[in-house]
Amino acid sequence: MNIPDNLRYTKDHEWIRLNGQIAFIGITDYAQSELGDIVFLEIETRGEQLEKGEVFGTVEAVKTVSDIFMPVAGKVIEINSKLEDQPELVNKDPYGEGWLIKIEVTEPEEVNELLDAKEYEKLISA
Amino acid sequence: MKKTAFNHLHKQLGARMSEFAGFEMPIEYSGITDEHLTVRNAVGVFDVSHMGEIWVKGPGAPDFLQYVTTNDVSRLVPGKAQYTCFPNGRGGIVDDLIIYYFEPEKYMLVVNASNIEKDFNWMKQNQKTGAELENASDRMSQLAIQGPDAEKVLRKITPVDLSAIDSFCFVTGSVAGAAEVIISRTGYTGSKGFEIYFGNEHAEKIWKAVFNAGREYGIKPIGLAARDTLRLEAGLCLYGNDIDDTTSPIEAGLGWITKFVENKDFIDREFLQNQKQQGVTRKLIGFEMIDRGIPRQHYEIVDQGGKRIGDVTSGTMSPLSRKGIGMGYVQTAYSKAGQEIFVAVRNKPLKALVVKLPFYRDI
Repeated sequence: MNIPDNLRYTKDHEWIRLNGQIAFIGITDYAQSELGDIVFLEIETRGEQLEKGEVFGTVEAVKTVSDIFMPVAGKVIEINSKLEDQPELVNKDPYGEGWLIKIEVTEPEEVNELLDAKEYEKLISA
Repeated sequence: MKKTAFNHLHKQLGARMSEFAGFEMPIEYSGITDEHLTVRNAVGVFDVSHMGEIWVKGPGAPDFLQYVTTNDVSRLVPGKAQYTCFPNGRGGIVDDLIIYYFEPEKYMLVVNASNIEKDFNWMKQNQKTGAELENASDRMSQLAIQGPDAEKVLRKITPVDLSAIDSFCFVTGSVAGAAEVIISRTGYTGSKGFEIYFGNEHAEKIWKAVFNAGREYGIKPIGLAARDTLRLEAGLCLYGNDIDDTTSPIEAGLGWITKFVENKDFIDREFLQNQKQQGVTRKLIGFEMIDRGIPRQHYEIVDQGGKRIGDVTSGTMSPLSRKGIGMGYVQTAYSKAGQEIFVAVRNKPLKALVVKLPFYRDI
């Protein structure tokens, strides 16, 4: 299972990559492999200011529907438009081309409270 | 949890295993979409040994089957199979099943795994003609070999002339050196193919022979998840989703297996005949999403004004058309092909169109 060292993780299997005030958010390699083939993403929160833990969208695999949550508070400034026609990118490249949203982080320090790669690895192997 | 005779092979192949109907079954191997398209374009193999096999024998067998099932058993000839259901005496369905007719006074019933005990008890309860009933489920295995290349694969491992087996017909012959394998041109996918039945002791040998023979065609093992998307594209009902103890065969569009012929007294005949003559208040439909979205079981179906007119019983994204497709019950007034309906997806009404089933079939 791929768990890059430079990202932070949530217990709900989202990852976040912070760069200054801006961050990319997606779901982990583990999450995509558990969900199976992802066929549809519904993310309609562009422009919204959301709290940590709030639902920002829904990911649909062939058999299941799962909500996706904000790892930290922030404003959604971009949605990965490639996923509209190629939702399978989330399966193929969950940390790269399969990112879900780009946000403006309210409190960048909040990111440090999230799990690091080692802690996340422990979580999924438990 | 029960295990089929192929359990260790699924695990060796890295299948994602999960409980289904009391069995530990392979849900997924290479991925639902890949497995689904393998069956549509080449050939795939399903372990469906969890399904139940019940033998009905003796002089009382034909009358018994006429009484407990809706289809006309007298139309069967040896080597022919028939899709049918058990009405439940309250206008609903105990189970749907296939009856295989071997010879006068000898039939095999193939029933859903989740209903084996329920069916067997129901049969015993309604058995008044002295028919012998035997539940052989635990000692029989079943593989479904499905897809356009299925016949080419099977041909390599059996001396039986497969081209002589018509749809819903079967023969008993040797496969991979195992004698007395039941070879049936049936399936639950909407693609061409066979289902084969044999004693558990032959399981490993037959599995290996099928995969060796299929290698040149890109044969793959297929899990229960893709089995569900395949049957849904084919517009085939799943017991527990689209039909159950509360849905009548007439409502479910199974009028074609409900035969009000002479000399066939069967459970619920009068009730179902009334439904057929007077019409039903709701009907099972197929629908295709127009707005982007995926329908799921239990989502509400509403009209343009948001009034609830029914419920989704099965739904998925079709791996073939990549559109949301589903089945569900709606008030009869909304059941005609071409009717616009709405599916409430996370409280948002998304537009869909009632279509004629199946979504796909190549048989």
